[in-house]
Amino acid sequence: MRLQAAGVTLGYGDRVVVDGLDLGIEAGTVTTIIGPNGCGKSTLLRALGRLLKPRGGEVLLDGKRIDAMPTREVAKVLGVLPQAPTAPEGLTVADLVARGRHPHQTWYRQWSSDDEGAVALALELTGLADLAERPLDELSGGQRQRAWISMALAQGTDLLLLDEPTTFLDLAHQVEVLELVRNLHQEAGRTIVMVLHDLNLAARYADRLVAMRGGRVVAAGAPHEVLTEELMREVFELDAKVIPDPVAGTPMVVPIRPLSRP
Amino acid sequence: MSATAVAPRLHGIRRRRGLVLAALLAAVCVAVVLSVTIGSKAVPLADAWRALTEPTGTENDIVIRSLRVPRTALGVLAGLALGVAGALMQGHTRNPLADPGLLGVTQGAAFAMVASIILLGAQSLLAYIWFGLAGALVASVCVFALGMVGGRGGPTPVTLALAGTAVSAFLYALTSAIVLLDEQAMDVFRFWQAGSVAGRGPDVVWQVLPFILVGLVLALVNAPGLNALSLGEDVARSLGQNIALTRSVGVTAVTLLTGAAVASCGSLAFVGLVVPHLARPLSGTDHRWLLPYSGLIGAALLLVSDVIGRVVAPSPGELEVGVVLALIGAPFFVALVRRRKPVRL
Repeated sequence: MRLQAAGVTLGYGDRVVVDGLDLGIEAGTVTTIIGPNGCGKSTLLRALGRLLKPRGGEVLLDGKRIDAMPTREVAKVLGVLPQAPTAPEGLTVADLVARGRHPHQTWYRQWSSDDEGAVALALELTGLADLAERPLDELSGGQRQRAWISMALAQGTDLLLLDEPTTFLDLAHQVEVLELVRNLHQEAGRTIVMVLHDLNLAARYADRLVAMRGGRVVAAGAPHEVLTEELMREVFELDAKVIPDPVAGTPMVVPIRPLSRP
Repeated sequence: MSATAVAPRLHGIRRRRGLVLAALLAAVCVAVVLSVTIGSKAVPLADAWRALTEPTGTENDIVIRSLRVPRTALGVLAGLALGVAGALMQGHTRNPLADPGLLGVTQGAAFAMVASIILLGAQSLLAYIWFGLAGALVASVCVFALGMVGGRGGPTPVTLALAGTAVSAFLYALTSAIVLLDEQAMDVFRFWQAGSVAGRGPDVVWQVLPFILVGLVLALVNAPGLNALSLGEDVARSLGQNIALTRSVGVTAVTLLTGAAVASCGSLAFVGLVVPHLARPLSGTDHRWLLPYSGLIGAALLLVSDVIGRVVAPSPGELEVGVVLALIGAPFFVALVRRRKPVRL
């Protein structure tokens, strides 16, 4: 088990969002967390990436308590890309990606050939080599998202947590980003955990789906086991038909109407 | 394109930044020469050099050694300090209009100076500067402590700015009350508020030097962390940066640099507001380059403004550097803001 949440209770201020949740992430898998707005999926991802300290329970990275490890050491094995990150205006793609090397640098050794190689490779993998000197704010949404993923890649971690990496992107760019994620998984064997809103894409690109509602895990498993008509009613309060995706064969949700709320 | 083809281009970016650094260093050297040779008594460069290497006690030697050199050294130090502090402050608050006085440092220094005059009977410039420094440090600590109240896990840019504004306003009210009551305090305050590097001997330079050196080192150590923080706290944390530590080091550096500069030269915080805007088009958003660039531009700007102040006023009078900076700087800043809108940080 690469990453594990053991009985974690999470919240902000007085509000408890997740109460006593257990979840394990196997090495070398793509796990996608789905669920309605406010179900606690982003909160859970933040806790897995030690951006949010649990009120109770613990998060284990390779069997060790993540909050007891030096944060810089964690940053060498675990990368987190938060939802809709913002960069200062005028930051170039190359500069952004170079900042992914931060955990590998010390105040006396700011740049090495390792850094150079990792940045060049990350730009290459995300197809951004030709845009390296362009400011981030001049790029399209899809390119910008690829640049952020490129930064996380330059960090050189084999565990990546991505919070809604496809938000604000049109369908073509969503597929582009998810294809990139799949390549990272297949070619480099990275372990990836994502939060996604689009269920059909989630089913197509994940080995394992985790469905959440009200801060609890309702179902977890292979996409065809999890994404059922019954689950759509229970988790999303949606009357829907689930048919096989004609392209990938994975389950595909066709919405009918929301269940009338009591 | 292959990964190996990207590397030379990354190299090119880094070499360009090195060249700009060298050019700015050269600009500061030119400004130093101007500041040493130009004034109510012009001294040729050769004479100035002789005054430094083999002084013979001529009038020129005395002017150079006891007036021009300390004045120039103080100008360089204060310019470096305010430029770097301004860039740090704008980076930490992610606010392009933040100036290094935002932490209450400037008003803390002013209040401590006038208070030392009426309460303790302080008389000498050196004493004023010690009290000014102490006041700057105390005010900054108060602001930091106030900024922590309410926020969980360390002060945020917003709570810091609010606390800084409140403390500054409170101290300014106290300072105003004191200078209305006491004439000597009024005189010191008026002179201090204009901002000047004139009439400070080598002792003042030695007095502020350690504070500024420590501040500059802390600022440079802070630069990589500030780069991470500028991507947002979540990204910074995921890159392994300790947020509270980074903020604390940054605030300490700003306090030392600004405190030493304003205590010795008066209220010149304007330098810290403008200079980062001049440096950013050259450096981009990387604080490892932005901070040194800002420091060097600050030093050059302060020296050149000081020289202009000596030249424009009818001899032997001169215009204080703070006045020149405001007269030239304000319209220039307005033009800059109108031409390129200030960046979002």
